[in-house]
Parts: sequence; C-alpha cells; structure tokens
Amino acid sequence: MAQIFHPSTNTLSRLSIYGVLFALLGLGYITDDINRSSYVTGVGIAPEQPVPFSHQHHAAGLGLDCRYCHTSVETSSFAGIPPTKTCMNCHAQIWTNAPLLEPVRASWRDDKSLQWTRVHNLPDFVYFNHSIHLNKGIGCASCHGPVDRMPLTYQAKSLQMEWCLECHRQPEKYLRPRDKVFDMQYQQPTSGSPVKVMLSGGVEKEFTSQMELGSALHKEYNIRSYHAMIGCDTCHR
Amino acid sequence: MSDHHDELIQITAGGGKLAPPAAEKPRLELKDVQARLASAQGPRYWRSLEELSNSEGFSEMLEREFPNQAGSWLDPVGRRGFLKLMGASLALAGLTACTKMPEEAIVPYVKQPEDLVPGKPKFYATAMPFAGAATPVLVESNMYRPTKVEGNPQHPMSMGAADPFAQASILGLYDPDRSQTLSYLGETRTWGNFLGAIRAPMNAQKGMQGAGLRFLTETSTSPSLAAQIGALLKAYPQAKWYSYDPVNRDAARAGSKAAFGQYVDAHYHLEAADVVLSLDADFLSGAQFPGFLRCSRDFMARRKMEQGVKMNRLYVVESTPSTTGAKADHRLPLRASDIETFARDLSAAVTGTPAAAGAGGDARAQFIAAVARDLQQSRGASVVIPGELQTAAVHALAHSINQALGNAGKTVMYTEPVEVNPGEQTARLRELVDDLNANKVNILVMLGGNPVYNAPADFNFEQAIRKVEVSVHLSLYHDETSRLSQWHIPEAHYLESWSDARAQDGSVTIIQPLIEPLYQGKTAHEVVGAFSDQPGVNSYDLLQAYWKAQPGAGDFDGFWRRSLHDGFVSSTVLPFKNISAKADSGSASPANGAPAAAAGGLEIIFRPDPTIYDGRFNNNGWLQELPKPLTKLTWDNAVLISPALASARKLENRDVVEVELQGRKVKGAIFILPGQAENSVTLHLGYGRTKTGRTGANTGFSAYTLRTSAAPYFAGDATLAKTGDEYLLASTQSHNLIDNKRSLTGEEAEHRDLIRVASVEEFEKNPGFAHEHSEEIPRDLTLYPNYEYTENKWGMAIDLNSCVGCNACVVACQSENNIAVVGKEQVDLGRALHWIRVDTYFEGHDLANPATHFQPLPCMQCENAPCEPVCPVGATVHTTEGLNTMVYNRCVGTRYCSNNCPYKVRHFNFLLYSDYETPSLKLMRNPEVTVRSRGVMEKCTYCLQRITAGRIASEKENRPVRDGEIVTACQQTCPTSAITFGNMNDPESKVSKLKAGARNYSLLADVNTRPRTTYIAGVRNPNPELEAAAKA
Repeated sequence: MAQIFHPSTNTLSRLSIYGVLFALLGLGYITDDINRSSYVTGVGIAPEQPVPFSHQHHAAGLGLDCRYCHTSVETSSFAGIPPTKTCMNCHAQIWTNAPLLEPVRASWRDDKSLQWTRVHNLPDFVYFNHSIHLNKGIGCASCHGPVDRMPLTYQAKSLQMEWCLECHRQPEKYLRPRDKVFDMQYQQPTSGSPVKVMLSGGVEKEFTSQMELGSALHKEYNIRSYHAMIGCDTCHR
Repeated sequence: MSDHHDELIQITAGGGKLAPPAAEKPRLELKDVQARLASAQGPRYWRSLEELSNSEGFSEMLEREFPNQAGSWLDPVGRRGFLKLMGASLALAGLTACTKMPEEAIVPYVKQPEDLVPGKPKFYATAMPFAGAATPVLVESNMYRPTKVEGNPQHPMSMGAADPFAQASILGLYDPDRSQTLSYLGETRTWGNFLGAIRAPMNAQKGMQGAGLRFLTETSTSPSLAAQIGALLKAYPQAKWYSYDPVNRDAARAGSKAAFGQYVDAHYHLEAADVVLSLDADFLSGAQFPGFLRCSRDFMARRKMEQGVKMNRLYVVESTPSTTGAKADHRLPLRASDIETFARDLSAAVTGTPAAAGAGGDARAQFIAAVARDLQQSRGASVVIPGELQTAAVHALAHSINQALGNAGKTVMYTEPVEVNPGEQTARLRELVDDLNANKVNILVMLGGNPVYNAPADFNFEQAIRKVEVSVHLSLYHDETSRLSQWHIPEAHYLESWSDARAQDGSVTIIQPLIEPLYQGKTAHEVVGAFSDQPGVNSYDLLQAYWKAQPGAGDFDGFWRRSLHDGFVSSTVLPFKNISAKADSGSASPANGAPAAAAGGLEIIFRPDPTIYDGRFNNNGWLQELPKPLTKLTWDNAVLISPALASARKLENRDVVEVELQGRKVKGAIFILPGQAENSVTLHLGYGRTKTGRTGANTGFSAYTLRTSAAPYFAGDATLAKTGDEYLLASTQSHNLIDNKRSLTGEEAEHRDLIRVASVEEFEKNPGFAHEHSEEIPRDLTLYPNYEYTENKWGMAIDLNSCVGCNACVVACQSENNIAVVGKEQVDLGRALHWIRVDTYFEGHDLANPATHFQPLPCMQCENAPCEPVCPVGATVHTTEGLNTMVYNRCVGTRYCSNNCPYKVRHFNFLLYSDYETPSLKLMRNPEVTVRSRGVMEKCTYCLQRITAGRIASEKENRPVRDGEIVTACQQTCPTSAITFGNMNDPESKVSKLKAGARNYSLLADVNTRPRTTYIAGVRNPNPELEAAAKA
C-alpha cells in the first residue's frame, strides 16, 4: 500500500503545530496590548464636551485653585463637578457673548444642567475616595496628570487596577507634603531641588530623594500597612 | 463578571441526584416526633418538627448546602439545548473583558444647594405614623434621595432603634406599585377636577350643617390634623369624624373607662419592674404593642447581667406563641378566652380574696399562686401588662391589680390618650355603617385605611359604601376601598409629606419630607383642606400656621428649626395623670361579650401579622419575605394549630383546611406551631388581598372574612375541615441548618449546642457554664504562624439574653446592603438572601410549651475561615482587620465557599433577583454597596462600607477609630442593644469587655474556625417555686 502522506507532510504538520502555538501566543499578546491601549483605557483621548473647557487656561493661566470648582475634594469621596453657577460667577461679567459659552448661558437661563462627558470613569464596583488620598499626601497630578497643561481634559493614566496597585504597593514613590497636593508645579525632590517638610514636633527636614521623603511621610501621615493597602476591601465591597 | 457562570453551576448540580420536587417532600409524622422527644437521645434544642421526626429529607437539608436546588431547572429551554447555547456563548464570554467602558455623562447642578456635599449623606429627623403612635426616625438622604431609615437616637421613644416596619418603609416609598394617578370612577383626573367636583356637594352640605358629611381616618396622632378637622366640624356642626384601624385599642379604651371613668393610655416603665406579668401582651414584638421600642429596651436593660442590676422576671400567659412568650421565664399557654378568667383568679389571689377553687388544672392554680406571691413580694416594682388584643375586662383587671400592688405611678403611668380622636373605634364604625345604610351620608371622605378590606365582616362595608353619593379615598395604593370609591387620590408617603404626629409618650414630631412626592401624592391635610374654605392650601403652610398659634412657639423660626432638627417638639410629652383605678373595676367590668368556645370547641384567634401587620405592608417585598419570628413563614399566613390538635385531627403542615366560624368560611394551609394553646387556631390578618400590587398579590388568605365586630380578636366554636388539597408554605425553619453533630457521637455531640442557657442559680454556681464541654483549640496548636492583627481587629458580640427576635436587624441589613428579594418559590428552595438571619430554636421535650430561643446569625468572620482556601479564584479573602470579605467582581459562582461554611451564612445569588430596570428602585439603593447580579456569592461583611467610612474619617484626623464610632446596620437598629460591634484590639472597647465575660462562647468552637462573632449565653430567671413544681 502506498504511503498516504507525502514526506512533506512532516514539515507541514510541524509548521501547523508551531504555527497554532505562535498564533495563540500572538493572539494573547495582541489582546493584552489592546486591553492596555488607549483605545480601551481612554488615555490621552479628550472626549467631546458641550463646552471646550480648558483647564490650562483656568488653572495655569488664571491661577484658579482646583478647589474653586472641585469643592468637596478634601471632604468627600467625590471631588465635585461645579454647578453652572460657578461658571456664571465670572462669565456673567466676562466673555458674556462668547459663542463657545452659549451652552453655559443656556443652562443658566433654562435651569437645565450641563451634561459633561465623564473623563475619569471607574467601574461601579470600585469605591474610590478623593478625600483620603489628598489627606495622605497624594497630589492631584499624581493621578490626573498635568491638568494645568490640558487645553482639553483627557485621562492621563490608565486607571486600571494594576496602575492603582502600583502606588498602593509602594506609596512612598508618590507621597508629597500635604500642603503641596494641589501644587501642579510640584517636582519630586532631587539633590538639585530639595523639598522641605515640617514634620511633627516642629522639626523642618530637607529631603533630596523621593524615597526618603516618601518613607518619612508614610510614617508622618500614619499611612496603613502594605498588606492593608493592597487588600481587596480597600476598594471593593 | 460574566452572567453565564451560574447557569453552568446549575447544570453541574443538576447532573447529580435530583432532589424530590417540593410537592413530594417527605411528610411529617407526628408520632415519630413524639417518640423521638420521649427518648433519651432527643436533642435539647431543635428548630422544627421536621428535625425531630428525623426523616431522610431532613438529613438532606442538614447536609446539603442548598437542599432543593437540583430539582429546580426552571429554564424553559431544555438542558441539552441550553448546553449547546452555552458552548457558543462561553467562547465569546472571554471577549467581554476587552470591551471599552461605556461613556457616561456627569450632570452637575445649575445651582448647587449650599449645604450639599456630594458623596456625603445627610440625615433628617422625622417620624413614621404607625397604628396609633408615630415611630421617631432619622432618615439618611443621599443627594436628596432617602435611602435608609434609622431610629432617632435623640428621641426617648426610639433611642436610635427602629422596628422592621420603619426600616422597610423606605421600600414602601419607592414601591412602583403605588397609586400614581388621581382617578374618578377609574378614569384619570386632575386635582383641579377634584376640587371643582366637590364644590357643589359641599355647598349643599352648608345648608344641612354638614349632616351628610363624614370623615373616616386611621388612628391619628396629628394635632394639626385634629385642629383642621375640628375647624371643619365647627363649620359643619352635623358632620362627623370617625377613626378606624382593624387592629385597634378598643379593649384598652373600654378597660380604662371601666377602671378610671375616662380614656387613658397606660405607659409601662419596665426598667423599674422586678416582676412583669403579661396577660397576652406581646410587648416585646413590635407588631401591635404601642411603644415597643422603649418597652423592649427598658425590659432588656434589666437582663444584661450587669453589676448591681437585679435581673427581672417575666411571666407570660398567652394564647398564641409570641416573641414575648419566648423570652418568658415562665410561660403558660391558655386559650385567649380563658385569659380573662385567669386575670380574675389572679386578681382575687393578689388582693387576698381566696381564689375560686378548682378553676383550671393544677398547673394553672400553681402558676397563679406563684405569680401572685411574686407580685406581692415586689409591690411597687412589678407590673401586669394586659394585651391590646384581649378584652376590656382584662384591661380593667390589670389596672386594678396594678393599683392594688402599688405599681401605679411607679412602673405604670397614665396619660391622656396619644391619639387625637380616642374612642371605641369598632362601635363608632358601626354608627357610620348604619348611617351609610340609612342613606344619611352624602359625602364620605376616607383618609387612608382600607375599610372595604378590613372592616368587620358583619358590617358588610362593601355594600354600605356603594350607597354614598360622593366617596373619596386617599391612599398609597389603589386598593379594595379605592375600587369602590368614586374618587381615588394617591396619598403622599410620610417621607414626602409635611405633617406632625405624636410618639407613644406624647411628644410631637414634625414630619418633614425628604423628597418631593414621586407621584403628585396629597397629604390628609390637603384633602381635608379641599373641603374647607381654602381648598388650595398646602400642608406646609397649614402646619406652620398651626404651630405658630401654639403657646411656647415664641421665636417661631428658632422653634421650628430646633423642632425639625431634634425630631421632636420640646415639652410636648404628655404629663402623667395622678389617678387611681376603682378597686372593684376588675370584678365589676363586664364579661367579654364574644361567645367563648365550648370546653372542647375550637377557638379562633386573630392577630395582626408579625411582618405585614394588618395588611398595610402587603405589597412590601422586604416584609413579605421576612421570616415570621416563630413559624419562619414567608409570603403567606397559615392556620396555626398546636401539635396536639394536629395529632388529634390528623393534620399536617401544608394541608389545606376550611375554617368555618358562624357560617363564614375561609381556606388556608395548616402550620403546626409548638407552644400554641391546644384548642386554639391562630389566623394572621393582612393577607388574601384582592386588590394590591404585584408583590402582595396571591399571598395567603384573608382572615378578615371570619372576623366580626363582636369577636374582633378571638371567637369560639370554629370548625376545621380538611379539603384534601395541599398548599406550598415557604418556611425557612429548616433552612441553613447548622450541623453541630457531624463527626461527633454520643454525649459529645449533645454538648456541642449552638444555644447555651442557664438559670440565674446555675450561672451563679458556675459562671463558665457556656464553656463546659466545648473545646477551644489553643492558638499555638498549629504548624503555621498565627497572623497578628496589629491594626483594628473587628469583632461582634451578640447577647442572646437581649435578642427578642423582632427581626429589625434583618430588614436593616437588607436596606443597608441592597439585598434582593427572591420570591416565595425561591425561598422554598432555600435561596433567601438575608445576610443576617434570626434562627429560632425550641428547647425541651414538651411540644405544648417548649422554651424558645432566638439566635441572630450574621457571618462569623472566622479567623480561620473555611470558605477562603476553597475559592479557586480568590474572590473571598481576609482583610488585615480580620474581615472575611467578598470581591463580587472576582466571584465566578463555584459556591465551594458556601459548601464549606459550617454556619451556612453565605448566600448565593442564583437568578437575577435585583431589579435593574425599575427607575424608582434605583433611587432607593445604598450607593456605597454593590448591587449584586446573579451568579455571585453574597455575605455579611460587618457593613464594610460603614467601617471604611469610619476609618477614613478617623484617618483624616490622624487618630484611632473611637469605640462606638462605627456601628453596623443590625447593631444600630436593634431595640435591645443585643448586638455590639467594635475593635477587639482595644481592651477598653465594649465588645472586648463583653467578649472577656464568662458567658461569651463561639459556635462550633472545636472546629477551630475562630469566629469573630461570638455569643453571650442566655440566663433565665425562673421562679424557684414553679421550677420545683415542674420537676416534681
């Protein structure tokens, strides 16, 4: 009986076995890459908004404090989105005829809320609290990026769990003095530009490296232990 | 998380042996039960008669996690077809993880209220008007959506506690089945139409001085409503105002009239009472006893076994088992009709006149003698409490006994009635019905209530109401009465209304709304206003005008703000009256008019339902699914009979019988209740509604059908006839049974009891009685190092002495944690989701009068949690503070964890129970807790959201969490403070101190799970005299 398979079948079968293996690996890699891409996470994409509000202009240009609009950021889990009234505090006086601001004026006139598109959107099973992060020395910029340089607001970080955990595992890498949390120009300490902190007991100390500063603040602010910080219950319930 | 996993699990489970379908459950054999109890091996504590019969079905209940799950393939798609579909969908399911998050809008205010901090709840004090006295509450509001009801801690009649009805009223507010439109003869109309339509008939009344005008309200305690109706009655002097509630205080009223010559309310100060005797008074249950929250707190304050506090003693004589009877040191079951004679004999014994010899058996005579002696020894520090649902004579007798014992003014105080229109309601309602039948009524205005459904059967209200020219019915639901009224006006819920109401002590709470009426509901004030000269008036203006006119309102703005803030108007507590009962009021009081059952005849007892009351909460899913304290029935009422009667009549649970009373008949299913008086049959009111919402439809039968004005609470000579049908009753009595005997045999097994209780005497002899035979495994007996909890270490201690089984914790937990309602069929399958349950254990070998114990069971938060290592996906994990938490977004629904839980406190979300569609229910949910979808395991986490909130608050202030700063939902609402939660690492915390006590014990300690929830063993205070007699 003649051979059913030609010798080249050997090569073909090897090729297909390895091919499938590589294809699967490749597929996994691609899926993983897509999952981390800005297409999925939304990093760097500024969604369309009813009014092209510029944080750059208001925060950096005019020097408005974050808390002028995000009033509850230090006290509540939710930072707060300003009501139309906050916009109108100024825009009843300036740029009163700017066509770009028509939706704001319409909202004020008709007593109808503006509908902003959420930029930072966490899944509903995550319970994030702004106030505790600020109180423990995490700056706005650590999560929201250089908002003062965003003409249109976009998401700077992935907000995926691995990103959260990166800091929760080692908050020392990001802690800054409490009085600097709203400071968008703040730079982590280096030997060239040290950071001075008033520690408890009235001692002022100068730090030249982030890890030293972070460790000192970790202690100073009574931040919870490593295990507590990465516990599921910290964010999920 | 994927929605597909739970179906997969069901299939795997279905592949095994199919459990018999519900209808073929092994029947209960009472002779087995009696045989088992009589034998020496009978268990000391048991939960149901099924357990005692020790049938095969029962052991399956015990061993399997979800006994009936396998037989419940409810999907119309066949199993094979389903598997095919699943193959395809599972392949695609993995991809769902890659989808983008949907875009969401964020919608700020135009003008944000100044005092609003988004993300932080606010609390408002108000009161829930309920059956004659208001319950003072504090309501949590999230972004102006009321989400949770708590008791008002500043109010002396609540002290922070709330009953199940108040807790569940939040669901009543958002109930999508509430009436939403004003209608005339079933057609939608506007409020303006209504105002216009009543003008002409009202003008006609002006000429007749209102001779044809009648108002019918529920029992009201609102001073401003009384003033408003009073003014109207002045303008129309012939008009009349009636109040009617089916469960009312007629007997108390008539009794006080007999004893004092006037209507008074009795208030019991149980913190001052050493000996308490209840004559069918269910003062520890909350269903119908006025001021229950305060009564139970005061009573239990004397049972905490604290240094220097003498423990009180409770005697209960009752006709149908109640939670009060369960807490009694001595309980005497008597038929309801025999309680009056008991009271007469006791009165004679207490006042010294010799008791009628030979009345009742020996046990009864001994009981009377012992109680009388005990009462006499505690003159001025004892109290006799007559049941609200007993006869006027019992009340009069109780008043005279209290007077004779010098208790009046010490443990029992008298005040003016709390209600604004006091009277004997049933008799007055008859007047109204007679007028209706005589065509004397032109306009009938019904403010709340549902008389067509719940008026006495002999009144035939359904026919009478048809004779009126203009009938107006204001109510929350379009119910039986609305259907027969011309005008139906949707009522504003109390959380949507401005009004006022008195609590049981008389203090007035200004009821303030937390939300605009969802469905343009109107308040009683506005409807009454419509009949006055200012039809457009709103309740806020009315209320303010009323209080401005009151003395003491000096600086009105300040007065108003303070009253709203505190939740009560200062110095409105009713002053105590210095009156004394006529000495002969007891003996002179008229005998009960209702025909008593003949000696061997059957007696019917009517009681408000423990969870849906008189039917007003019929459409409330939380209350429908709340297991009733002793029967653990859900979604139905039943014909409750004693084991002896069941034996004699060869009746078993679920047999449908026809109950006949004076020619009136109703069909219901039998439920055998240990402790029921032998020839009494108890029927709970409130079920069998013919016009209600989707939730309450087709539940139970209406006991009102049998109830007449002559015999409102019990009636003699009924008959039971077996129909041969069966009806499914969903009782959770045998669900989540804890297998405390497994792997143990003989005597050892008998000492691994879940309930531990001793008498005072035994406790004093052996304070560590709770630890006898139970082997706590030493901490160092392990190869692995113990985890040291260095930060907070949360723990809970539950005092079994204090728990009265009122179920408030269960509803509080349901409200706090967004727990779904599953429905009757699912409850029967053992799938109820309550995170905390109250297990009821019966004790002893006497089916006619067993001792009863309650054990609230949240998650034990074991340090060595058996559930954790078996989870394949790490969805249940331990926190550094010792909580055993669930990560819902990780859970894939294998249910290994609940299979491995010895306490059965994990609950699997089998189907999509949570309603994600109904808009109003979305408003109700606690935003701090995930609304679980199907396919995940759920469990108690000691209210992790509250712990987190408390910890964050303390961390922001850089200080440790204070003791008592974090309270769990169950703890907060508990009327008797039976639950204590706190940090076990703080030796000064209340919970540490309780756990250090001698009576503290863990469930199944020898399994070495190291539960964080522990129990404080019960101590009873029996009368040595009766105890000796019982042993002899």
